[in-house]
Amino acid sequence: MRIILLCALVLIASPLQAAERLNVVASFSILADFVRNVGGDRINLTTLVGADGDVHVYTPAPSDAKRVAEARLVIVNGLGLEGWLPRLVQSAGSKAQIVTASAGIVPLKLGAAADPHAWQSVPNARVYVTDIANALAAAAPDDADVFRARAKAYLDKLETLDREVREAVAKIPPERRKVISTHDAFGYFSAEYGVQFVAPLGVSTETEPSARDIAAIIGQIKAQKIPAVFLENISDDRLIRRIAAETGAKVGGTLISDGLTGEKGSAPTYIDMVRHNIKALTSALDH
Amino acid sequence: MLYDALIAPFTEFEFMRRALAAAIALALAGAPIGVFLMLRRMSLVGDAMAHAILPGAAIGFLLSGLNLFAMTAGGLIAGFAVAILAGVVARSTGLKEDASLATFYLASLALGVTIVSIKGTNIDLLHVLFGNILAMDDQTLLVVAFNATVTLLVLAVIYRPLVIESVDPLFLRAVSRAGGPAHLAFLALVVINLVNGFQALGTLLAVGLMILPAGIARFWSRDLTVMICIAVVAAAVSGYAGLVLSFQTRVPSGPAIILVATVLYIVSVLFGRVGGIVRQLFPGRHLEA
Repeated sequence: MRIILLCALVLIASPLQAAERLNVVASFSILADFVRNVGGDRINLTTLVGADGDVHVYTPAPSDAKRVAEARLVIVNGLGLEGWLPRLVQSAGSKAQIVTASAGIVPLKLGAAADPHAWQSVPNARVYVTDIANALAAAAPDDADVFRARAKAYLDKLETLDREVREAVAKIPPERRKVISTHDAFGYFSAEYGVQFVAPLGVSTETEPSARDIAAIIGQIKAQKIPAVFLENISDDRLIRRIAAETGAKVGGTLISDGLTGEKGSAPTYIDMVRHNIKALTSALDH
Repeated sequence: MLYDALIAPFTEFEFMRRALAAAIALALAGAPIGVFLMLRRMSLVGDAMAHAILPGAAIGFLLSGLNLFAMTAGGLIAGFAVAILAGVVARSTGLKEDASLATFYLASLALGVTIVSIKGTNIDLLHVLFGNILAMDDQTLLVVAFNATVTLLVLAVIYRPLVIESVDPLFLRAVSRAGGPAHLAFLALVVINLVNGFQALGTLLAVGLMILPAGIARFWSRDLTVMICIAVVAAAVSGYAGLVLSFQTRVPSGPAIILVATVLYIVSVLFGRVGGIVRQLFPGRHLEA
């Protein structure tokens, strides 16, 4: 009888053993990639907004609340990106500690509010990773050395990546380092690497453009000799090609800003994403 | 000065020329259909259809992702299914066409929302599907022109039964059995024009340039042929004036074109020769005899 009980206890206990790995929730795919690189197999990582999802318009599902409730650490970008998350943590009754990965960076402004897309600058990403490593180490002191070692290796990779980006930009003639774009996600990239993202005059992505708006964009591209257009609102695809056809500017490829793609996509990891973007930019601007 | 305001936008910018060509093609095909829709009291079909195509577009999206062709084909199939089912129910039961169409389009919309939510995507499919008149590429322009050609040819073939059925369906039933096929062919034209119109120009323009000119024409003639001609001219004029308005002010092009048509409509309601308000209040002398 005792032996059976003991066996039962062992059976019950063994999943607990496995669950001793730190439960971590990351709000979206890019952060999750950082966390995975630091935590490796020492953590159980859950991503709320996974690959190909849009963190701006995400609405949490009940299963997400469950994951948050079980988590020890919830890692968020902050700067207003995940407005829904504090409510989710509260309503899930979670005791998780919220770690704001962007705490260590100097935020840029996007209109009146802070621009949340800080990860588009690789030095900022290194700040993110350092902070994440510290948070993980504090939450699981036993594994602290592992986390620090993994973080160091990843930070080295990011440093190489940063150098790659700078070299790629340096090859573009300075007067060609500008694109026209409705993207508001590249403020940090622009500030860090000196590629100008010109906003089209008088055009909001929200409303339908008037004929005058389109004429103004065409005039602006011609006057400022902007070599490439990255206006990629899916629904306006044809409009952009029309503008490009009329100005002779190149239509740039896709820039990935707010989330990673799936395994088969062009940007399954953060490093792939930055390489993809810099390749799209250089191939449109380089001549 | 006048040249700068009215013609220069089109000589200077190719996208304006393309937009004008699309507007005229749309006027040629859409306005006659609008006149028949009005005569058959089906003026609101266009709006219903804009929603009825959602499940087809959603299935196209599920099968092949954000592929305009697949989504448009799906939309066409869904539109046909709704129009034909509604037509069959209206013809074989006591339910009126508008009521059965309303039922089917609501069912279709619900099905569409369900399919979209299965995929769990946040993309507004219909928004993706609806185009903009300022963004006419070669392919879209050809589709719009092809569409107009086919519509006019088919209308020429079914014109006679369609006209008789619109004014005296019982007579047509007594002398011919062409009424049913003509009606279905007409519904098919409506769906093709609307779905291609949505894809090329957006909902507002596709439906608006179909229905408003018909309303305008109604106030100027009792003769069907003249009515159709007036509707086509009114649609083309609205298209041109709307584009100029959108170029000179900041009004988005679709709304600008429809607003011009609305002004024409109000003028027609007030001063129209046939049943206009002013004409009714101050009847001409010839009515006194």
